[in-house]
Amino acid sequence: MEDFFINLVGQQTVDFYKIFFENRYYTAIWQGLQWTLGLTAIALIIGLIIGVLVALIQITEVRRRKGILNTIAFYTLRVLKWISSLYIYIIRGTPSALQIVLMWTVVFATSSLPRIIIGGIAFGINSGAYMAELIRAGIQGIDKGQTEAGRSLGLSYVLTMRYIILPQAFKQMLPALVSEFICLIKETAIIGFIGGLDLMKAQSIIQSRTYNALQPLLMVGLCYLIITSVLTFFMKRLEKKLNKSR
Amino acid sequence: MIKVVDLHKKFGEIEVLRGINDYVDKGEVVVIIGPSGSGKSTYLRCINQMEEVTSGQVLINGQDITDAKVDINEVRQKVGMVFQHFNLFPHMTVLKNITLAPMKIKKISQEQAEKEAYVLLEKVGLKDKANEYPNKLSGGQKQRIAIARALAMKPEVMLFDEPTSALDPEMVKEVLEVIKELAYEGMTMMIVTHEMGFAKEVGTRLLFIDQGNIIEQGNPKDIFESPKEERTKAFLGKVL
Repeated sequence: MEDFFINLVGQQTVDFYKIFFENRYYTAIWQGLQWTLGLTAIALIIGLIIGVLVALIQITEVRRRKGILNTIAFYTLRVLKWISSLYIYIIRGTPSALQIVLMWTVVFATSSLPRIIIGGIAFGINSGAYMAELIRAGIQGIDKGQTEAGRSLGLSYVLTMRYIILPQAFKQMLPALVSEFICLIKETAIIGFIGGLDLMKAQSIIQSRTYNALQPLLMVGLCYLIITSVLTFFMKRLEKKLNKSR
Repeated sequence: MIKVVDLHKKFGEIEVLRGINDYVDKGEVVVIIGPSGSGKSTYLRCINQMEEVTSGQVLINGQDITDAKVDINEVRQKVGMVFQHFNLFPHMTVLKNITLAPMKIKKISQEQAEKEAYVLLEKVGLKDKANEYPNKLSGGQKQRIAIARALAMKPEVMLFDEPTSALDPEMVKEVLEVIKELAYEGMTMMIVTHEMGFAKEVGTRLLFIDQGNIIEQGNPKDIFESPKEERTKAFLGKVL
């Protein structure tokens, strides 16, 4: 019985070596890794931009005053708030797989943009909704006395945000943002729905060509684990550094 | 210097200020007392537009700051404010807390700003805390830093909103000493306070506010010794 397991493990290990190094399938993994990271990066940038914008729209208040400019500002903001709430409502209430397929087959159906860009946009729009909520909560979690102190010194709203509120809010929302980031990386594994060549796709390619399922799955799983571990490691360090002033 | 004309403030349906008229001269130390919920803090917060007024005017050096066209940030540079809960910026050192506004608004150099900050820290007796973060300070120390931070903008008026109410009793004195010192230097100040002894000592004029109106005003000693209005008598009877 023991021999059986030793042989089994040994055989699997030999297969592992054969697949990835003799048959050079590590290049497929490497390409999938690049795809996954590239896709995540595009999605992250788009998501952060959307997230910050939507969060700012949601927390901004315009006082109702006399004057045509104020009236325009007041109603524009109302419409923007309504749109951003609707956006968050729809994105969070529907599966991301659906959103991606919708982007690929309907919205960008006639576009010649590369798949990775369209996927990045779809994931960015998805992630933006979650980030907007995190960022909004982070900003609103800061004591309003901080804003008052800044404004009472004569700092403008923008300067108060920039130097007093956002640095503190960022510190508070960092753990949540990083975990959203980690979720995003893992979520991109469904890009295969629109034919993206990411890590998961590399796994299925290798499996279909070598008739080995275990080794490519292990390899891909390991890749995801390494990426997320590296991220978690840097987040912990950053948190420690930021916590010094607490 | 500060002129308040028929100031009204409503929060929703509740009218907190019901027509306040007042004039604060340069060098005056106006102490404001009254029961909680009387509107005294709201009145103070209207002076620098921390609260938007519902109707009426607040004129500072002749300029109506309730006008939407006025650059409120410019006005606030001349009006320092100290809060009950200090509101120091926890992510910055004491020195940064003090130099931030002068550097970002007045665009003075870091070197100059720090030089001035050290002078202020000396004044409030906390020069050795320049590089500490606020969480390392006691309540009294925090409030003294908050005063230094407000002074760094070289304001013409200082507003104090219950500066000692959040402090442990043994720390009240160190903060009041700093405020007293400012009074002797001739700083124009408006102070909302529950410290009656202090009000009597530093105030050049006392306002008693109740239910959104100034009920009685005058020399603090006179009012404490012989209040004229019934409501003032009742209030002082409870707190003295």
